[in-house]
Amino acid sequence: MSIITRKKSGSKRRKVPASQRTWSIGFLTLAIAVYIFYTYIVPHTPDGFQSQIQTWFPPSALNEALVWVIAALGLNIVVGYAGLLDLGFVAFWAIGGYTAGWFMSGFFYQLNIHFGSESPKTFPGIHLSFWIVLLLGALICAFFGILIGAPTLRLKSDYLAIVTLGFGEIIPQVFVNGENIHGFNLSNGTKGISPVDNIGLFGKRLGPFDLNYKYMIFVFMAALMVFISLRLRSGRLGRAWLAIREDELAASMMGVPLMKTKLSAYAVGAISGGLAGVAYATHVNGIFAERFQFSISIILLAMVVLGGMGNVWGVMVGALLIAWVNSTGLPALGNEINSTFNTNINFPSYTFLIFGGLLILMMLFRREGILPESRLKMVLHENDDDVDNEAPHKNISEEEAL
Amino acid sequence: MAGVTYKTRQLRRRYIERAFATIAVAGAALWLIANLIKSPTQFFEVTFTGLSNGILYALIALGYTLVYGIIELINFAHGDLFMLGGLFSAHFITLWFGQKVPSAVGWGVLALCLIAVMVFCATINVAIERFAYRRLRRAPKLAPLITAVGMSFILQFVGLRWNGSGQKIWPSLLPSGNLSIFGVRLPYTTIISFAITIPVLLVLTYIVTRTKQGKAMRATAQDQDASRLMGINVDRTISFTFGLGGALAGAAGLLFEQTRGLTSYNLGFQLGLIAFTAAVMGGIGNLQGAVLGAIIIGVIQGLNDGLPIGLGQQWSNTVVFSILILLMVFKPTGLLGKPTTEKV
Repeated sequence: MSIITRKKSGSKRRKVPASQRTWSIGFLTLAIAVYIFYTYIVPHTPDGFQSQIQTWFPPSALNEALVWVIAALGLNIVVGYAGLLDLGFVAFWAIGGYTAGWFMSGFFYQLNIHFGSESPKTFPGIHLSFWIVLLLGALICAFFGILIGAPTLRLKSDYLAIVTLGFGEIIPQVFVNGENIHGFNLSNGTKGISPVDNIGLFGKRLGPFDLNYKYMIFVFMAALMVFISLRLRSGRLGRAWLAIREDELAASMMGVPLMKTKLSAYAVGAISGGLAGVAYATHVNGIFAERFQFSISIILLAMVVLGGMGNVWGVMVGALLIAWVNSTGLPALGNEINSTFNTNINFPSYTFLIFGGLLILMMLFRREGILPESRLKMVLHENDDDVDNEAPHKNISEEEAL
Repeated sequence: MAGVTYKTRQLRRRYIERAFATIAVAGAALWLIANLIKSPTQFFEVTFTGLSNGILYALIALGYTLVYGIIELINFAHGDLFMLGGLFSAHFITLWFGQKVPSAVGWGVLALCLIAVMVFCATINVAIERFAYRRLRRAPKLAPLITAVGMSFILQFVGLRWNGSGQKIWPSLLPSGNLSIFGVRLPYTTIISFAITIPVLLVLTYIVTRTKQGKAMRATAQDQDASRLMGINVDRTISFTFGLGGALAGAAGLLFEQTRGLTSYNLGFQLGLIAFTAAVMGGIGNLQGAVLGAIIIGVIQGLNDGLPIGLGQQWSNTVVFSILILLMVFKPTGLLGKPTTEKV
């Protein structure tokens, strides 16, 4: 008991609000700078520059990258903080997406429910406000996170990975085949649900080309996830997660309730997956079951790992980078090279090679990621030199730990 | 007092679990009986197809379980190795040797191809281990796992380049037609795949249980450091294990290519996942368990896909993975796995 009280008072002394202020100012400045650049500067630049921006950094790719950031930050809580390998994160993304499909479109045409949405009242279907749907998506995903987590979290790491993988295969298949479940149309099958309502913002209805407003909303959501991650990380729950990541047995001996802590990591991760799903549905203006493939889980994992597990900034950099390479960077670079050297190489077909090679090289030479978390770096390299495999646990002092 | 409540809670939990498991098994049995009564011939045919699928899964699952047993790594690249094996066999038989119809020469080429593809896949697997996994042997578990995922991507890339992005159809050297027993049609292809698989499995059992190398493998799986002290070359033993697993994947690739007659670059992922599920189901690290799990999964899948009262093929993966999750909940160690307590 005395340990806990000491830790509590310790966390009070560390002035968390100050550190929160530093990052939030930096983050806000950067976000506004990007916004101003796209809204006010780019339209006034010469056409050549504008088209360059359109090929290399189109605003829609930026928005999509932000959706990836939201999901990757959630996976970071599960994998980076709590050390639970999750290979089925796409399931939460899918559930979040379908939440948007159910509650923000004319899909349930038998009903006519409107609440807070800017879409005309005559449209059939359930039309709720985007913000309520975000909340709903988060809640439903948290529910599913706990549902799948509760019976399986007592498994050891590899088994857990495989169960999450199974979950990540089942959920998309349910949606793909969900056109006719005993006569009930759950998901419209492979045809998907489209279109999804536009986001209503202060009485204004955002069209599909209001990319800058969507950008603001997505940036806000990403900032929210960063805030949640950082606050939780420095709190008691976050320290319990790290303890579990480092040594589950030792953590439970120290009084960390394993099940509760793991489940909360799972639930928070699932929530962000749900948020990303809803955001993605509004971004592409529809939900298509066949997009939810295993590769999404793997790409998210790659983002977390390449960026730097456990460090939100690393994960954010990793997510932005990989999302950009995937959506625009590689095709644009390919076109550039093909037109310069007069070749005809299909660059997007090299995605597999580039991703695979990147993952392997990172693991071999820079396991801790681009922007590593100092504590995790030590853990990842603790066995590098000692051939006689002695002293698996070096001392990590309290200051570095916190 | 606290101990007693804990114990009663454990007991209650066990009762609930047992009741739930009984209901699940009873439901499955009811479903099978209903189908058996409805159309007995179809039931047996479908079971036989399931068995032949299962034995194919077994070959792949053994590779997973061998590698997991020795270095505790889920080798995600294994399924893709199987895919490359299939591609290699297709090219070997159809393009390089030009065999397109069943013939006496065809059998010879088939036998030659079995050896060639086993060597081919074993070499790749050993090379992967040598260049990537070996350097990460002392790293935390996540590092080799992610490397394996990366390897899987690279092998898929090779498959994509070699095969193209779509499915390719190949001619089979195996005789078509059925053997008919009491009106139940059993295809020759499946009978032949049994005839190839069972000797391969017997040889594997012999290697693992009777030879010196097998003994070294089992020792390394149990305790690497102790076996090193006993004079076992741990690196070579692990390489050998990877080679063995790769050879099995190659054999599976040949069988798949010949019985189904198709190759595709993303096949490895699907089948690898199912095979891995089978390995986990049987208790990962346990060879008999892998075969048992694979056959169970193959039969379940066959029954689900082919029976008149069933969910049908489009729910195949859902059924397989639901069973896996249920099994993990009720018996986390798998069917034949031994419970392990973590050492402090």
